Amino acid sequence: MENLIGIFVQSIFINNMIFAYFLGMCSFLAVSKKVSTALGLGAAVVFVLLITVPVNYLINKYLLQAGALSWLGEQYNDVDLGFLSFIIFIAVIAWIVQVVEMIVEKFTPTLYNQLGIFLPLIAVNCAVLGASLFMQEREYSTVAEATVFGFGSGIGWLLGIVGIAAIREKMAYSKVPPALKGLGITFIVTGLMAIAFMSFSGIEIKID
Amino acid sequence: MSEKESLFSEKNIKLFTDPFNNGNPITVLVLGICSALAVTVKLQPAIVMGLSVTIVTGFASFIISLLRNTIPNRIRIIVQLVVVAALVILVDQILKAYVYDVSKQLSVFVGLIITNCIIMGRIEAFALGNKPLPSLIDGLGNGAAYGMILVIVAFCRELLGSGTLFGIRIVPESFYVKAGGFYENNGMMVLPPAALIILGVIIWVHRSVNKKLIEK
Repeated sequence: MENLIGIFVQSIFINNMIFAYFLGMCSFLAVSKKVSTALGLGAAVVFVLLITVPVNYLINKYLLQAGALSWLGEQYNDVDLGFLSFIIFIAVIAWIVQVVEMIVEKFTPTLYNQLGIFLPLIAVNCAVLGASLFMQEREYSTVAEATVFGFGSGIGWLLGIVGIAAIREKMAYSKVPPALKGLGITFIVTGLMAIAFMSFSGIEIKID
Repeated sequence: MSEKESLFSEKNIKLFTDPFNNGNPITVLVLGICSALAVTVKLQPAIVMGLSVTIVTGFASFIISLLRNTIPNRIRIIVQLVVVAALVILVDQILKAYVYDVSKQLSVFVGLIITNCIIMGRIEAFALGNKPLPSLIDGLGNGAAYGMILVIVAFCRELLGSGTLFGIRIVPESFYVKAGGFYENNGMMVLPPAALIILGVIIWVHRSVNKKLIEK
């Protein structure tokens, strides 16, 4: 249990998808002009991550890893389908996003209208594929750990996008040099936010 | 007109060079920032990443453009993803075979080329409506322009953060405080936030020079 809480806190604050790995930056920059839309997209990402990471975890564990197919019989012990993981993960993500879209459209049309174009775009959000790839690389030992990691990463991403959207709303009143307006200042503010997030880890500087 | 002339025609050259300035994928179109900034601590992985993205963007645009009349519109996204994913798997296997160290440093970011918005962006915006050859050139140009930004960021970060370029020492050891000198590496440069701030400054410089691009 402590382990799970550790993974949860770590994936939100220390290994934050946006501030530590720059994942999901495209939608992060494009959809962070208003807090309300940012909140909608963030919620959709949390939801998709919560489903895709454990599903991909199970696929990786029972189909793709070296020796994962041994449940089929002795002769499959040496099979390693690891090279297929990119294509399988992205297919699973695209499929789940499609299913989620249909479910949301059917049961909560208001939420569906609010999310609009964002839902299909999540399929190509790097944070979603990134979480699955990190899950594979870090070799979590149980499906619970993978689920918590996916959920935490989503919450971290939500926190980041809502934060930057709030700052951008306020920034409309400040005097920014014309050439820095819009994209430039957003990058610099994101950099400053990333520095703030780093204080959670107790700054580690590694110079080889 | 011979094959060679048409390849270097004015229009094709413009297709290749436009991404470097007015249509730069990173500083103007804001595409493809996701998967790449984490690989800019050192020059070598940044160059490998830039090359990989260039190759994948070029060939993905080429292949999709060849198939553009046979792909049903409704399922085009998934077809595009499959083509891109197949190309990325090839690149990943080649990197693992020939430059294993760099491939370890890039870790998940090779896989993330799949969701790099530049590739999908060029396919959607250009390859679906143009012939294969211009699509290939457009893809290569965008990939190369993207690589250029990566290299600039990596140059600043490696030089200021570690005092080296390509792992070769540029700032002499004797300058450092611990050897009795006056110099100290800027520790922030090797951390993630520096990449964002350098990119912000690059955009600032680019837009100060090219006033057309200033946002209203």
